[in-house]
Amino acid sequence: MRWFEQIRISMRMLFRRSTETARLNEELQFHLEQQVKENMVQGMLPGEARAAAVRSFGNPGVLRDQARATWSWNWFETFLRDIRYGARTLMRSPGFTLVSILVLVLGIGATTSLFTIVRAVLLKPLPFQHPDQLVMVYEHFRGSSSNSGDGFNVVSSGDFVDWRRQTHGFQDMAAWRWYGFDLTGEHAELPEVVEAAGGSSSLFSLLGVQPAFGRTFSAAEDQPEASHVVMISWSLFQRRFSGDASILGKQIHLDATPYTIIGVLPSWFTYPEAKVQLWVPYAQTFSPEAYAKHDSHQSHVVARLKSGVSAAAGTKEVSALQYQMHLAHASAAVAEDAVYRPMIDDVVRDVKTPLIVLLCAVGCMLLIACLNVSNLLVARAASRRKEVAVRGALGGSRLTLIREQMTESLLICIVGGLLGLLLSMLATRWLAGHWRDLPRADAIQLDGFVLAFSIGLIFLTTLLAGLLPAISSTGKGVLAALQESSRSIGGSASRAVLRKTMLTAEIALTVILLVSAGLLFKSFIHLRTTELGCVTENVLTVKYGLPEKQYDTRTKVVAFHETLLDRVRRIPGVHAAALVSTPPGGGYESDNVFTITEHPSPSFNIQNDAMTRTADPSYFAVMQIPLIRGRFFTEHERFTNDHFIIINKKFADQFLFGDNPIGRHVNTAWGTKTESFEIIGVVGNTLYDVAEPVKAMMYFPILSGIPDQTGSATIVVRSAVDPLLLSVPIQQQVASLDPALPVYDVLTMQQILGQTTASQSFSATLVLAFAGLSLLLAGVGLYGVLSYLVTQRIAEIGIRIALGAQKAEVLRLVFFDGLRPVFLGLLIGLAGGATAGALIRSILYGTSPFDPVVLAGMVGCLLLTAILACAVPAIRASRIEPMQALRIE
Amino acid sequence: MGKPSDLVQGTLDLLILKTISLEPKHGWAIAKRIQQISNEVLQVQQGSLYPALHRLEQQGWIKAKWSETETGRAAKFYSLTAAGRTQLEREMESWSRLSGAINLVVESA
Repeated sequence: MRWFEQIRISMRMLFRRSTETARLNEELQFHLEQQVKENMVQGMLPGEARAAAVRSFGNPGVLRDQARATWSWNWFETFLRDIRYGARTLMRSPGFTLVSILVLVLGIGATTSLFTIVRAVLLKPLPFQHPDQLVMVYEHFRGSSSNSGDGFNVVSSGDFVDWRRQTHGFQDMAAWRWYGFDLTGEHAELPEVVEAAGGSSSLFSLLGVQPAFGRTFSAAEDQPEASHVVMISWSLFQRRFSGDASILGKQIHLDATPYTIIGVLPSWFTYPEAKVQLWVPYAQTFSPEAYAKHDSHQSHVVARLKSGVSAAAGTKEVSALQYQMHLAHASAAVAEDAVYRPMIDDVVRDVKTPLIVLLCAVGCMLLIACLNVSNLLVARAASRRKEVAVRGALGGSRLTLIREQMTESLLICIVGGLLGLLLSMLATRWLAGHWRDLPRADAIQLDGFVLAFSIGLIFLTTLLAGLLPAISSTGKGVLAALQESSRSIGGSASRAVLRKTMLTAEIALTVILLVSAGLLFKSFIHLRTTELGCVTENVLTVKYGLPEKQYDTRTKVVAFHETLLDRVRRIPGVHAAALVSTPPGGGYESDNVFTITEHPSPSFNIQNDAMTRTADPSYFAVMQIPLIRGRFFTEHERFTNDHFIIINKKFADQFLFGDNPIGRHVNTAWGTKTESFEIIGVVGNTLYDVAEPVKAMMYFPILSGIPDQTGSATIVVRSAVDPLLLSVPIQQQVASLDPALPVYDVLTMQQILGQTTASQSFSATLVLAFAGLSLLLAGVGLYGVLSYLVTQRIAEIGIRIALGAQKAEVLRLVFFDGLRPVFLGLLIGLAGGATAGALIRSILYGTSPFDPVVLAGMVGCLLLTAILACAVPAIRASRIEPMQALRIE
Repeated sequence: MGKPSDLVQGTLDLLILKTISLEPKHGWAIAKRIQQISNEVLQVQQGSLYPALHRLEQQGWIKAKWSETETGRAAKFYSLTAAGRTQLEREMESWSRLSGAINLVVESA
């Protein structure tokens, strides 16, 4: 029955608390009366008896609290009371509360959003079977990492076949390569260009991917001339075939060749990127000769570790085999070594640094926000010191007082945190949607883990923001605090030190953020203003690729190109039109190694490598790429009379060492075998990517018409009007020539530039926004601290002025008092900023981490803010009327 | 803020339970009674007494009732519950074991 009694009491304590409180008071009162009565019995006078009784009774408030502490629900009551007090004190200064909450909403919201993305993109394992066993194996050219790239070179098909057949360090290996098709149906469905990939028969089983319908490729299908089969992605399955499973076994036309659909991939499978619409067997993307090649690099190799064999050991065996192949093909571009990296690193390598930089930036901002709230709380605590001291003297325990202050910061942080969480839900969606080329973006979602993270974050900020001020303001001895606050001349030195330390940290963090943001922004500006090397205004580019099956002779290819060009030039509004394989800024396309007859090199040299392009005679004039020497192509460099190339200036400087390039001969394999090409002209440099340095380039005549070298082209059009208006007329001309031929990448040059710089612009803008916000916070913090210090020192300053101190002196006193932590923070921050700059070097373009303009600009920015923040309180101090100041206390 | 108890830790509960086992008493009387019986050796401070009483009440070992004292003033009288009586026996048993053990040690040495 005891539990029943306990529940009854517990209920009474919950619902009849005020009655119980009255009874407790009555009980204690009775005790006191009994004591008085006893004292009087012993012969004391009534007054004396009462005084003695009260003395022996002790502090009734404390006594009551101690008895109440044993009641059930006491924790709840205390909690409610703390919340009530906290809310009440917060409401008393709504400005402070609003600012603090706003600051935390932004801080917690941004941090949670970034963490959500970082978790989905960087931390979550890949959605494959035992993803930690998967590595990517690449070729490695000795001495190439110093030149360009990261030393991870894509693999040639011949190498992959031998690796898989002859080494046994991995459970299995698989290869895939990017590919593209013109997709048409058996009937007159609309044609489209699809991103595709070639995957070896081992790929899906190695990754542990089961098709949603049908089957994957068999080993027999993974041969260069095997029967054509295709697996389609879930999105293509839904989009083009409206999810009809009867499509299995039917045919679609890829580049005018029929392929049988054998399987549908599951919807979650978006490797290597979601844009891949269909997969064909890896070997079928090669001709038999090309499949056996060791010096044509294009494939990515995935390997699964054998249990007990490390990735390094497995790769070592591959590497040894690769060296044998290198020796066997000494004159060709065959790599010496093989290297590996974990598959997850491979997937996220482009976004890892920017993501971590952003996460650090928001972390910094959150820390600054915490310091700021902390600082503001210390200021408030200081003005409430007398109250706290009096309460301490009346018996309030230090724990209670600390808890009360913590409740205040907890309230701010919880409200800020919950709103921040809401903000982050919106912000995460926005971020993921606006971040171009973010891998695994489909995996981003707010889950329990992220929720736990943000709740943890809220409590961490509470601790950071609340504990320091709470401890510091209640730590003083009661007497000292009472004395001090009754007549405070000079204020509390220790508390000023605490606040100045926090301020220094805040300034240092702000400087680090500012410097990083400045560097990122400058490199973005640098990218945007980089000269591509050609005209970019009013230029439209339209791509198309002629299927080799249909356009199988030089005559057919050239006829199509020339007819199209002729028709496009007649469209009203078109100023000029030309053909090139890939326009400037449009990407890498391909590269070839070569030798120069007139400058023989002693042995094969991987450094003799240049990018390749094909162009028609008018291309350079249309794009305003200047001719430096020699001449452009003419109508005569066509069909088999095609052994002529035009090089760019970089090529001439790098490989001909000031020699006149005209008439020299370059030996390279344009097509299948190595042939000699005469250099007929030198043109200005163009960039293939605004974020990359200039590379040597060779232009081959597109009118040669070799189907597999000149079949894909970009028509570049200059117009007087908005070039996008021309896109439909151009597509109509293409369709009138070949209704089954789709066009793609219809972009203006400005759009091409915007696409390449989009992600830089994105992270630079975000970090800059965070830095600006932090600067504002630091300014507010500085102003707050100084205003507080001035208020503390009003009496002191009053005496100084009364004793004859000049206004200027007072001004200087306060001013430099405020600027001292700024300078200290600035020094620490600059050191930190330099470190941060060095860490983000890999995402800076054309900007040194120690860029003087950025450093000076950001320091100037901060100093200006600091001076403004210091000037107002300093001027206020210098205007203090001594009489009034002394009378204030 | 707690005042030092003059009692051996944990024995106050036993003393209170024992004191009210014969008849209900109010707080003042309990303190006085313990003081008298122990020949003024055991001084129960208010700071320990009332928290202890309230704790015992919350645990359901004693119950409180408001009734009039001999002088006609209302006071809170505490008495044992059935569970409290069992608890008293348990505590007395453990006390006699403990004090007996301590005596053995102290006298043999």
